[in-house]
Amino acid sequence: MTPTEYEYLRKFLKDNSGLDLSADKQYLIESRLLPLARKAGLSGIAELVQKLQGGARQLITDVVEAMTTNETFFFRDKVPFDHFRDHIMPEIIKARAGRRSVRIWCAAGSTGQEPYSLAMSLKEMGAALTGWRVEIIATDLSQEVLEKAKAGIYSQFEVQRGLPIQMLMKYFKQTGETWQINPELRAMIQHRQLNLLHDFAQLGTFDVIFCRNVLIYFDQETKINIFNRLARQIEPDGFLVLGAAETVVGLTDTFRPIPERRGLYKPNDPRTAAAKPVLAGAAPRMAVMAGR
Amino acid sequence: MKTCLVVDDSSVVRKIARRILEGLEFEVTEAEDGSKALEICQRKLPDAVLLDWNMPVMDGFEFMGHMRRLPGGDEPKVVFCTTENNVAHIAQALSGGANEYIMKPFDKDIIADKFAEVGLIPVGQAMV
Ligand SMILES: C[S@@+](CC[C@H](N)C(=O)[O-])C[C@H]1O[C@@H](n2cnc3c(N)ncnc32)[C@H](O)[C@@H]1O
Repeated sequence: MTPTEYEYLRKFLKDNSGLDLSADKQYLIESRLLPLARKAGLSGIAELVQKLQGGARQLITDVVEAMTTNETFFFRDKVPFDHFRDHIMPEIIKARAGRRSVRIWCAAGSTGQEPYSLAMSLKEMGAALTGWRVEIIATDLSQEVLEKAKAGIYSQFEVQRGLPIQMLMKYFKQTGETWQINPELRAMIQHRQLNLLHDFAQLGTFDVIFCRNVLIYFDQETKINIFNRLARQIEPDGFLVLGAAETVVGLTDTFRPIPERRGLYKPNDPRTAAAKPVLAGAAPRMAVMAGR
Repeated sequence: MKTCLVVDDSSVVRKIARRILEGLEFEVTEAEDGSKALEICQRKLPDAVLLDWNMPVMDGFEFMGHMRRLPGGDEPKVVFCTTENNVAHIAQALSGGANEYIMKPFDKDIIADKFAEVGLIPVGQAMV
């Protein structure tokens, strides 16, 4: 790959997905894009770059998706999900006792392990949420991972990463070599394609935003821009949850870390109440919670 | 140092498991069937048992029943590790007193995750 081609691809990826590659990641590009080029019947990176410059739409999507890292596990890092159960939800349940609804956004949900972990946590809360309207919106840039998240079908390997065996027994159905999460839990989640670089105000406001292990791929300016826009989508008493290697500290004062609770952040400026756009097709009240 | 007893009739599996568990800082002992494992447990109970199901002489499920009835036998964390990867077997193991269940094939990440799940190692350690 020539330096010019590399520079083109770097800029292309930064513009399209935010991915910020350092000057020495040629091997990464080649290992991911050469197979893709071959499959598209192209001779190599040079021809791929030509096609991208020519605006080949399917190829643009494919290249962007091929360069994303989709690795994820159920209950990844465990601690944030303990916080969710022991701190976030008890506070929300208290604060929203009047309207009895909670909106949760998984801002880079990948293949679904994260939103389904939240769904399982909520189910485990049982009676505390009876009659509540619970919405979980899982978004990701990649259409491919969204399809998998929607199907909720996982390999034996995947269901053994981070998922306690009791949860596997309780919430999954085995079909041959794979395991599918129960329809009840699948129905708790709305999956949508969304690029965090683009406007997301139409999603409305949330009580809890999980935005984990995606900002690490972006440069400072992009992170700051996203934090500032996330701040507008979160309730004044809501919670932002970041990945283990991510923080707002030194980047923005729209959020502050919660002491002693690693990965948890609160919005700083209580905004003046603005009219909230509501998401079309909102989830029905969670009848599944009733009577537990 | 925590101790782990690896019970499996395949010496290859025992060797792989030993390497992974020593990497997680366990002192490892091995047994090739349930009755040998029980003898070891009668002398001294380990902190953890990584347990195959199908073995000659005494299988893993039967071993677990005997071990759980030893004085202090409810203490060790039992993690099954078997090719019996269906719901019926998993349910049987859990109701018989197993703490976790690994469906073979396994790797270091799965062992680390499952051991962290039952509190045998800190969660962070599973991440490395
Ligand atoms: C490493 S996964 C993290 C998944 C999950 N949040 C977790 O922590 O386990 C990162 C995900 O971010 C998605 N992603 C990358 N760039 C994105 C963007 N600009 N907008 C939305 N999602 C993006 C990728 O497709 C990928 O599924």
